[in-house]
Amino acid sequence: MAIELKMPALSPTMEEGTLAKWLVKEGDIVKSGDILAEIETDKATMEFEAVDEGVISSITVAEGTDGVKVGTVIALILSEDEEQAPSAAPEVNAKADPAPATQPYEAPATVAPNPDPIVSDGNMQSVTLREALRDAMAEEMRRDDRVFVMGEEVAEYQGAYKVTQGLLDEFGARRVIDTPITEYGFAGIGTGAAMGGLRPIIEFMTFNFAMQAIDHIINSAAKTNYMSGGQMRCPIVFRGPNGAAARVGAQHSQNYVPWYASVPGLIVIAPYDAADAKGLLKAAIRCEDPVVFLENELLYGRTYEVPAGNDHVVPIGKARIMREGSDVTIVSYSIGVGLSLEAATKLAEEGISAEVIDLRTIRPLDKATILASLAKTNRLVVAEEGWPVCSVGSEILAICMEEGFDDLDAPVMRITNEDVPMPYAANLEKMALINADKIVAGVRKTVGR
Amino acid sequence: MATTPVKKTSSKKASVSEDAGRANRERPDEPKPYKARKEELLKFYRDMLLIRRFEEKAGQLYGLGLIGGFCHLYIGQEAVAIGLQSALTPGKDSVITGYRDHGHMLAYGIDPNVIMAELTGRAAGISKGKGGSMHMFSTAHKFYGGHGIVGAQVSLGAGLAFGHKYANDGGVCLAYFGDGASNQGQVYESFNMAELWKLPIIFVIENNQYAMGTSVNRASSEDQLYRRGESFRIPGIQVDGMDVLAVRGAAEVALDWVRSGKGPVLLEMKTYRYRGHSMSDPAKYRSRDEVQSVRDNSDPIEGCKAYLTEMGVGEDALKLIEKEIRTIVNEAADFAETSPEPNLSELYTDVLVEQY
Repeated sequence: MAIELKMPALSPTMEEGTLAKWLVKEGDIVKSGDILAEIETDKATMEFEAVDEGVISSITVAEGTDGVKVGTVIALILSEDEEQAPSAAPEVNAKADPAPATQPYEAPATVAPNPDPIVSDGNMQSVTLREALRDAMAEEMRRDDRVFVMGEEVAEYQGAYKVTQGLLDEFGARRVIDTPITEYGFAGIGTGAAMGGLRPIIEFMTFNFAMQAIDHIINSAAKTNYMSGGQMRCPIVFRGPNGAAARVGAQHSQNYVPWYASVPGLIVIAPYDAADAKGLLKAAIRCEDPVVFLENELLYGRTYEVPAGNDHVVPIGKARIMREGSDVTIVSYSIGVGLSLEAATKLAEEGISAEVIDLRTIRPLDKATILASLAKTNRLVVAEEGWPVCSVGSEILAICMEEGFDDLDAPVMRITNEDVPMPYAANLEKMALINADKIVAGVRKTVGR
Repeated sequence: MATTPVKKTSSKKASVSEDAGRANRERPDEPKPYKARKEELLKFYRDMLLIRRFEEKAGQLYGLGLIGGFCHLYIGQEAVAIGLQSALTPGKDSVITGYRDHGHMLAYGIDPNVIMAELTGRAAGISKGKGGSMHMFSTAHKFYGGHGIVGAQVSLGAGLAFGHKYANDGGVCLAYFGDGASNQGQVYESFNMAELWKLPIIFVIENNQYAMGTSVNRASSEDQLYRRGESFRIPGIQVDGMDVLAVRGAAEVALDWVRSGKGPVLLEMKTYRYRGHSMSDPAKYRSRDEVQSVRDNSDPIEGCKAYLTEMGVGEDALKLIEKEIRTIVNEAADFAETSPEPNLSELYTDVLVEQY
């Protein structure tokens, strides 16, 4: 029996990759540990090793092939004692693997046209969100020598999630700085550097690790301007992926937006698409106040249209209407926006017209946009990839009660993840997370259908 | 199989030469007592006396209810701030410390009026009355606080030093912390990066023997705190922090080392606070005799006075200084008592710099 070699998942979120190069050819004898191929993911080029011994009887995916799905058979190995057997035409296994790293979220392929006048300048280009973040940093670093990037693996490794790819080459080790694994320490060093007049971008490999550093974010960065009577500023950006990734369990899957959004003195941004990621990150770097900039790993590899040029700066503190509607308002941010748009498409098929708002900045919150939409639709739900208790949804619910009560035709509802630590098992994880169907169900309830 | 040879340490005396790696590493010279000119020494005396009298007055105002919350007095530790900061270049070097910060501000020549007015929570205070005793800053003097979280100023100070290096401005950061803070984890995270990146920083442990009510021996497995940087290859020097000339001498050595690009240095200042940790400290952890004995035998101001007497400065000259200081401190207290409280609209200002 031939052993099937399948396209491996080389990261928790990898769905497909490029088979960059074969290092073996048909007929070669391989043994466990030999390097068979180089595979490029959106994050890195990885070497693919043999586990079994035998002869490469057939290579079924040629080198240079893009978009090879995880689980696709890429070669066959015959154990040496059966190598004389005729090499059967490769069966592409139809029921291969149920893609092991299925993303829990599927955003609609197209995003509603952007009604925001600030970003609607003719020339657009397709870039991944990851590249958009890198471009924002690079442009601001070219513009201002005080801007530097510091964090774990940001320089020589090119970023744990490749967000800082290429920055070391362009800006050198003075401005792109690898740190030891020492979040509390380098968050403090960054904050001190900002107090001294620089403009640090501090990357946390994920915001889960920033828990080690939260003292500096809150006690040192957020409060200094106030405590000093406006004398000492702290223009710093703390950024990195936030929220659930895929199958990484409880300690690596948490949404910190509500934590930081509760702190006066901080700006809190959680962008959804690449245009906003770029424009808001540029605004954050230029900002005189400390900014917590929360990205989402599952969105890094997605491609969106981004305005070309160096001048795409999106104002902080302004929400965006992603899709107009008249029956109900869905308020969301970050990855939840994609799910909300997907839900709105499904709801439209049922004759329910949903307006989708992307908050973009969570602190300060654009209450006016939320309340104006509520005044129009009279019904509102908040869709949030995070826990329900003391959530951004809880806050918006309170605002609707306090300032939009007369406009409400139904109670405001929170649609969130389940109120449990994130489980590992695929079925449990799926159940714990918000998805478009849960939003659809919540909206139906809110509109009384 | 060969076994790892174990060197036996037979006696405590052997332990100095036992610090094997030392011989292979360059170390700063042993500091010598600073040779102050008479005018310099008179200034040290005056500046230490200003701190002493200022802090005594702050204690009084606290007792009268004019100062609230926490108020940590620097009495007994004056020689540390004066000896070190007199060696810095104002406008170039930066200073950062913890919550026991009044002395370091006065040592940097910051107006006593605005410091005292901050203690009483008045609009004229250096933080507009919004910071209080523990949270004072003067960016004009490159004094970066005034931080209330024990140990935070060590990483923040490493960040200031990072800024000096990044801007290549020749400045050095002086980061003060206490024996208590020396057990915080972020201190060692900062030591590691500061040495790795050769940041221009002098770490100063003001070892006043007690972290609130816990003595160094009860809290620190290595109670010789100057050694705390050794495993990061940061040279440490233990200094008599009650002698302003010894402190200044150590500052000269440390500054030479750091300014020449050799990275950080650690100074352990053996000092003592006469008052409680804060004003609300019942001080049950030490005896009155212990405090009195330090006052009698190693008071930094009395010590400085003795040097001045040796130099032939008479009692009358010192009395004149005393009089000048009393006037300054009384004026600061009057200013702090009579200045208006902040306007209520100040509650909402300075939360953010920009409008969104």
